[in-house]
Amino acid sequence: MKEEGIELIKDGKRLDGRGFEELRPMKIEVGVLKRADGSCYFEMGNNKALAAVYGPREMHPRHLQNAKTAVVNYRYNMAPFSVDERKRPGPDRRSVEISKVSREAIEPVILKEYYPKTAIDIYVELLQSDAGTRTAGINAASVALADAGIPMRDLVSSVAVGKIEGEVVLDLNAAEDNQGEADMPLAMVTRTGTITMLQMDGRLTKDEFERGLKLATNACREIYELQRTALIEKYSGSIGGGEE
Amino acid sequence: MYKVVVPGDFVSEEVARAGDGTYVDDGKVYAMKYGIVHDKGEIKVVALTGKYVPTNGDIVIGKIIEISFPYWIVDIASPYEARLHTSEFARGTERKMEFGSMSNYLDLGDLIVAKVLNVDALMRVDLALRDDFRIGDQGRLVEISHTKVPRVIGRSGSMIKMLKEKCNCFIFIAKNGRIWIKGREENMNLALQAVLMIDNEAHTSGLTDRVAHFLDQSCKKKREENGE
Repeated sequence: MKEEGIELIKDGKRLDGRGFEELRPMKIEVGVLKRADGSCYFEMGNNKALAAVYGPREMHPRHLQNAKTAVVNYRYNMAPFSVDERKRPGPDRRSVEISKVSREAIEPVILKEYYPKTAIDIYVELLQSDAGTRTAGINAASVALADAGIPMRDLVSSVAVGKIEGEVVLDLNAAEDNQGEADMPLAMVTRTGTITMLQMDGRLTKDEFERGLKLATNACREIYELQRTALIEKYSGSIGGGEE
Repeated sequence: MYKVVVPGDFVSEEVARAGDGTYVDDGKVYAMKYGIVHDKGEIKVVALTGKYVPTNGDIVIGKIIEISFPYWIVDIASPYEARLHTSEFARGTERKMEFGSMSNYLDLGDLIVAKVLNVDALMRVDLALRDDFRIGDQGRLVEISHTKVPRVIGRSGSMIKMLKEKCNCFIFIAKNGRIWIKGREENMNLALQAVLMIDNEAHTSGLTDRVAHFLDQSCKKKREENGE
C-alpha cells in the first residue's frame, strides 16, 4: 500500500491537481434519511460521510441522565468497505477517540439546557474514506443537528491542514496524509472564530502553524457557506411558490 | 414572504425585541434554530422541525403506556413522558381508586385528550383530564410534527374551519401534533389527505387556497364517479 518516494508536488500542483490552498470538491445534501430526526450526506473529495441525528429523546440508561441539560452522544464509525483493506467492523481505539473529539467539537454550540434529561444521539457513518474523515463527519453532523431542529448557537465547520514536502497545504488526501510531514484537523465556529477542535499529528513550526491556521479559517468559511446554503435550499425552492 | 435562517444567522440589531428561537450575543440578535423569521412585535425564529416540549396549558392527545399506581404514564409525542393522577377521575367526589382497579378506568393503549397542568423544573409533566377526554375507537389519529400545527389551524382558524366544512368531519388538533379526525369513512380519508398535504407543504405560502382547491377537486371527482 505504501508507495515510497512518490512525488507529492509537481509544478506547484498536488497529486490530484489542486493548488496548495484549494479544498476538494464538496457536496452536501440535507434530510436524506426518513427515519432520523435530522440527517445530512456530505462528500469531500473521496470522503463520503452520512450523519443521522436522533432526539432530543428520553435518555437511557436513566442514571446517565443529566437533570439540567441534554446529553450528547456521538458515534463515528467507518464502514468495513470504506478503506482499501477491509476494516474490521465495530468500534476500535481510533474510532472511540475520534467520536470523543468530534463530540467535543460540536457540543459547545448545542444549547443543551433547553432539553434537560434527554439524549441527543449523533451517528456518523463513513462510507468511503480518503483522509480527513473526522472533519467530514463533523461538517455532516453539524448540518444534521440543524436539520433535526435542535437549538444551536451556530454551525460548526471543520477542515484539516498539513505539511507535505515542506509546504503548508489545505485539506490533505490519503496519499498526502500518509507521506506528509504533518496533519492538523481543526473545527471552528466561523462567525466567532472559536476553535472547538484542534489536533496535530507530526510537526509544524510556529510560522507554519499560523499559516495553516489562517488557511483553515478561510476554508472553514467556505465550508460554512456551503452548509448554510444547503440548509436554506431545502426549503427555499418551494417557499412562496408551490407546484400549482 | 418567508425568510429561512440557520443557527447562527444574524437576525436583527434590535435586542429589545429578541423573542423565541433567538439569542443575543454582543448586542446583536442571532437565530438559534433552523427555521423561519417572524418579525411582528417580537422577532422570533419558528423552527421548521423539532420535538414537542410541553408547556402549561397545552391541550395534548396522549396514549397510556404504563400503569404505576397512583399514576397513569402517558406518551405525549415528546421526549418527556407525562403522568395522570388517579384523583383526576374522582374530581369533586370523595371516591378513592383502589390499587389494581386503575385499568378499569383507563387501560394501556387508550387515547386521551388532556391538558398540561404543570411542568416542573425536572420536566415532570402532570396532566388533567378534559371533560370529554375519551377518544375510544372512533375516528382516526394522525401524527404530524408539532411545528406544523399552527399551519393546520391557519390564521385565526381559517384552515381548520375550511377543513371541517369541506370534509364534514369532526377534527381536533392537539398541540403535540396529534390530530383526531371523526366522520364518515370517505370524509375521513379526504381530511387525512388534506392534513398530510399541509404537513408536506407547511412552509409554502398560499397553502389554504391550494388545500381548498384540492378538496373541491376531490369532491367534484367523487360526485362524477357517483354519476351525479
